[in-house]
Amino acid sequence: MSEVVASMAGSVWKVLVKVGDQVEEGQDVAILESMKMEIPIAAEFDGTVKEVKVNEGDFVNEGDVIAEIE
Amino acid sequence: MFKKVLIANRGEIAVRVMRTCKALGIHTIGVYSEADADAPHVKMADEAHLIGSARVAESYLNIDKILEVAKGTKADAIHPGYGLLSENAEFARRCEEAGLTFIGPSPAVISKMGSKIESRKAMEEAGVPVVPGITYPLADAEEAVEVADRIGYPVMLKASAGGGGIGMQVVKSGDEIRKAFAGNQKRATDFFGDGAMYVEKYVESPRHIEIQILADGFGNTVYLWERECSIQRRHQKVVEEAPSSFITEITRKKMGEAAVKAAKSIGYKNAGTIEFLVDEQQNFYFLEMNTRLQVEHPVTEEITGLDLVEKQLKIAAGEALTFSQEEVKRDGHAIEVRVYAEDPKTFFPSPGKITKLVLPDGEGVRHELAIHGQSVVTPFYDPMIAKLVVKGSNREEAIERLQAALADYQIEGIKTNIPMLQEVISHPAFRSGDTTTNFVEKYLKPLKKANK
Repeated sequence: MSEVVASMAGSVWKVLVKVGDQVEEGQDVAILESMKMEIPIAAEFDGTVKEVKVNEGDFVNEGDVIAEIE
Repeated sequence: MFKKVLIANRGEIAVRVMRTCKALGIHTIGVYSEADADAPHVKMADEAHLIGSARVAESYLNIDKILEVAKGTKADAIHPGYGLLSENAEFARRCEEAGLTFIGPSPAVISKMGSKIESRKAMEEAGVPVVPGITYPLADAEEAVEVADRIGYPVMLKASAGGGGIGMQVVKSGDEIRKAFAGNQKRATDFFGDGAMYVEKYVESPRHIEIQILADGFGNTVYLWERECSIQRRHQKVVEEAPSSFITEITRKKMGEAAVKAAKSIGYKNAGTIEFLVDEQQNFYFLEMNTRLQVEHPVTEEITGLDLVEKQLKIAAGEALTFSQEEVKRDGHAIEVRVYAEDPKTFFPSPGKITKLVLPDGEGVRHELAIHGQSVVTPFYDPMIAKLVVKGSNREEAIERLQAALADYQIEGIKTNIPMLQEVISHPAFRSGDTTTNFVEKYLKPLKKANK
């Protein structure tokens, strides 16, 4: 299992996957927004989304888990 | 002179404008969002009014609310700072309609300079050099070759609707255009739903050099030399200096005179900046005009001894410039670095709580601050939290002082770009004045790889 973590602090602008989705390495899982910048967060492995830990509008810190992938 | 001025901005520029207002005995009215209740500009203002929630659309861009505060507090004028509403023609017009002086040029001028095509046309008409190219869509590859043959290679083949580097290609010959045209046109149609293609001359290894001008309401327009702003990351400036170590006295004079001509031709009033691209042969081309005070205005203040905010206020209040072009001073060398709350390697934003702030002191060191020692840097606004400006009698001395100041600059609790700034100013290419717009890609990225 692997975790997709936030690479910066900010708010969750968009969540692009849901539990059960198949994702590929490099596929964007969520888009964070901070200081007028939108940063896509991508999965680092192929797999199935087991859990999405954030909702749109949530504030996340750098290193917070966004989703878990199996 | 005005009695009460509302500053429709936040951060260091709001503080900067208030400082001059206070020196002139003007009562300052600040506005702030819920996220900024603890911000330095709120403390500095003689009175501060909450105008909405953290999101700029509901606070700092909320024209109705800002005008309501201006009316309620009987402000005479509004200073828009930079960014936010500063180049919003609608806001300038609404200020005028409400009987308030907008500290800047007229709404018509803001609007004209805000349009890429309109401003280019205006500059061409005024005889100011623009990047050679065309402003109508090309029919086909053969027409592209014809135009490119005329303006000279290399040229940039561009999709009208393109952005972020998509739909742009540098081509070096007619054959290359023939090969590239159809593919690029198709991509533009697929991506943007618009296949209109243009060509313009490709400016190689350009520098970004801009001219500061001041124009009063009596036909007096002067230029306050140039600022060299080539070092950028994500198309935002990071290091700015004056004077430029690259251009000759002849180019300096030509650029200054072109800027004055440009400003006069459009009936410009107040402080403004004309940005140029300058190539290796010192040819310069109009890029855009910023109809407001610039972030990097302090380097001009340092070498001219002028207070640009004071000049803005006086011009807006109907006073004439009190000096001629020949009387504009140029003394020493000034460098500004922008301190961003961001990761110094990825340039990703780094909001958070500041736990420690120690500012360097020393000869020629000036600070412009949007933070204090316990500030929370929120994710809602621009990542720039401070500017450090140094002055020396020459470029070498300014760099030395900047290096010493950056070494003593301490911000803890959030990440900042200070390590990146140190890397830039100690790099031999910066030392030798080799500052082109691709500096960060060219010199910093490879260094980082080599260090791993």
